[in-house]
Amino acid sequence: MATVQEPTVALGDKEELISGSEAIAVACKLADVDVITAYPIRPYDTVMQYVAKLVANGEMDCEYIVAESEHSQFEIVKHASAVGARVFVGSSGVGWMYAFEALTVTPALRIPMVAMVGNRALDDPGAFGVEHNDALAVRDLGWMLVWVDTAQEALDTALLAWRIAEDRRVFLPCAIGCDGAFLTHSQALVRIPAAERVREFLPPYNRGDLRLHPDNPITVAPQANEDWVMEIRKQNDAAMRRAPQVIREAYADFERIFGRRYGNPFFEEYETEDAEVVLLGMGTLSMPVKVAIRKMRKEGRKVGFVRLRWFRPFPTEALAACLGRFAAVGVIDRDYSFGSPYYSGVVANEVRTALYAAPQRPPVVGFICGLGGREVTVPNVREMTDYLYRAAGGERLVDTYWIGLRE
Amino acid sequence: MDRSYAVEIIYRGIFQKTLAKHISRGLVLAAAKEGKTGISFGRYGDSPERNGIPAKNFAIIAPDEVTLEESMAQYEPKQVDVTVVVDDTLCKGVESWAWYGLQPVNRLLGPGGKLVVTSMLGFDDLLKMIHAKDVPYELAIVRGIPSFSGLWVFKDDHTDVRILGTIARLVPEMLSLAAIEAAIRDEWKDELKVTSARKAYSRVETTVVPPGVGNPEQPYAFTLPGWREMPEGIAIRNIPMGGAITDPVTGQVGGYRAAVNPYFKKFTTRTMRPVIDFEKCIKCTLCWLQCPDSCFDVTPDGLYDVRMESCCGCGVCEAVCPIEHCITMVNESAFTDNRSQWEMWKADREGYRAWVAEKISARPERAHGFRLRGLYQEQIKALAAVGLAPGGEEKVGREDTTEASAGGA
Ligand code: SF4
Ligand code: SF4
Repeated sequence: MATVQEPTVALGDKEELISGSEAIAVACKLADVDVITAYPIRPYDTVMQYVAKLVANGEMDCEYIVAESEHSQFEIVKHASAVGARVFVGSSGVGWMYAFEALTVTPALRIPMVAMVGNRALDDPGAFGVEHNDALAVRDLGWMLVWVDTAQEALDTALLAWRIAEDRRVFLPCAIGCDGAFLTHSQALVRIPAAERVREFLPPYNRGDLRLHPDNPITVAPQANEDWVMEIRKQNDAAMRRAPQVIREAYADFERIFGRRYGNPFFEEYETEDAEVVLLGMGTLSMPVKVAIRKMRKEGRKVGFVRLRWFRPFPTEALAACLGRFAAVGVIDRDYSFGSPYYSGVVANEVRTALYAAPQRPPVVGFICGLGGREVTVPNVREMTDYLYRAAGGERLVDTYWIGLRE
Repeated sequence: MDRSYAVEIIYRGIFQKTLAKHISRGLVLAAAKEGKTGISFGRYGDSPERNGIPAKNFAIIAPDEVTLEESMAQYEPKQVDVTVVVDDTLCKGVESWAWYGLQPVNRLLGPGGKLVVTSMLGFDDLLKMIHAKDVPYELAIVRGIPSFSGLWVFKDDHTDVRILGTIARLVPEMLSLAAIEAAIRDEWKDELKVTSARKAYSRVETTVVPPGVGNPEQPYAFTLPGWREMPEGIAIRNIPMGGAITDPVTGQVGGYRAAVNPYFKKFTTRTMRPVIDFEKCIKCTLCWLQCPDSCFDVTPDGLYDVRMESCCGCGVCEAVCPIEHCITMVNESAFTDNRSQWEMWKADREGYRAWVAEKISARPERAHGFRLRGLYQEQIKALAAVGLAPGGEEKVGREDTTEASAGGA
């Protein structure tokens, strides 16, 4: 079962050998983005390099602004979006952290912005490998967050992200989590849709009554004292609550226009139909997990995998209903929340929360694995599965295991 | 083809980045021509690619997506079918930017694997550098000076397609020459490059290296500590400062040799090394002052001796030394060990003099030094003029003497 079902009809796509980062850059071109800002940090810099190349070669027409820091980078696109420009921006690891003040104020202004986070460990010690804590840091700020698995999904999801973020019902920034190295730096064959189809899918960004322009005289973000804050937050909340419906519509339209089917937009299920226990995780984890599952199934162990795509908005009910079918659930976190309940990863805690009110509550075991780009191996996945079967058998386990750690 | 194949390309960061990418991309594009699939990626930890740092690219070719996934469910291949080495001095082993410990260049090759080296040297000279292995493998030479089709300038000398053609010859079950040719036409739209690939296909020189043949040195390893053993707070304890040196001949004690953390060796970044004529030295201290890696030891007699295990081969010492041929950079492949030159000189001055003369005269300078701009173009012309075919059985045509085609001759 492939991640993405092949289109049944040829839709004028051409195939190219590009990396996940390059796929996002190609999406920028197809979406005819108006303003892009850049400031280098690995692994995100591979996107800006490729966009710069597209601009230099005359294949793409946009304002390409090299900012003097990540903070400025995000401020520039925030303002550009306020005047009605379609924008793209991104960063990684500590660079994304450096932009944090700008990241916090963007949702309140209801700025649709598509950002790529080339997921990277938060330094020290100068680690470049994938860890999800960078993007997850905006978890509570009003950003939409989605994780992708392949270069194809990166391209498709970027197009979807503009469509969803720029929907007047939403108007929120959206960050696409792309695992450093595994996705950003590997080149795979990707179908690139024809520009006309993208135009059909992605209408021009229309900021309407919120557009900052002399023809539409408004003031944006005046000093808002204590009296205003709760209402502003509630508006953000309402927008986020409307997002799931917009996401569903966008994916349905995506399938209609491009022929590629993602099924449930919020999470992918792999070999779950008859599964006894399941693992859950985000991003490129799916490669070793799926390979291990194929091997274990040959040995008669019925293991499934749920790959979470949309982390914000979190698909609470649907996920709880899905996970309730299994005897045990293992959550693989490529992140960690120090001192959190059960000393868990962020995703494990969200999954436990989602299950709390559900009628069926399987035991949830947290796994911390693959931090800082460490390989998640097939034996690691087997080890996690062993724990799951023990939990399914009623054994009371430790809440969180660190897998692949040098003791 | 019922399984996946893995190809590793070892290259020098920055200098050969584009070249390595062309090779791994070319393999996957050719695979697609045959209805197969593949993925091409660089070893991520190497990506900062400081000048000359050994770095790696990989290409995985598979008959279908599921088989490809099986191979990709790991950070990088643990065993490869082909290792390509685009700079022969890398045959001494690699210490990648984010790795500790010297890794033999043939480490990932399985039994019967192919090691493809771009070199003007013969099998014997290469095997002096390449570490011995306990399984047999095939060594192939693609004749040519190491190409520097790097990030800063891409001089298309056809090394990329010559290696692709060679691989088609060595592992036909992975990719056919026809697929390689089709991919080259598509990607580069250059018929001359197709010709270069075809010529390389027909000309490759190979030999089977039996177990135990090669450099007998034990590569050094690095043990990664567990979380309980590691000092907290990312702290690294300091090491003793070092101290005076004893003259092995006179017993005189003096000078200063800094101690070096054994884990921070990096001499595999080196394509050239300084050779020092101690009799010409005027003891001006400039080399000692300017070496970016503090490689120079002060000897008891006030001379300056390079610690070869630290020297990255940057050539700064040669550039700052005021005396001609007191310090001379020489191609790294001319050396088989990291002995102290000063100790050699002390032990046998006559012998040392002859050694220096031989090293300086017989080994041309390399093209990518910082001091000698334009040398690469000169070398390409010279190589094209003599023809790259052994025995010179083929005349190099006019168009072949241009910069763009020398490597493909
Ligand atoms: S080449 Fe010279 S200056 Fe450069 S690292 Fe070696 S000894 Fe030092
Ligand atoms: S720069 Fe040259 S002359 Fe001066 S101390 Fe070093 S080797 Fe001797």
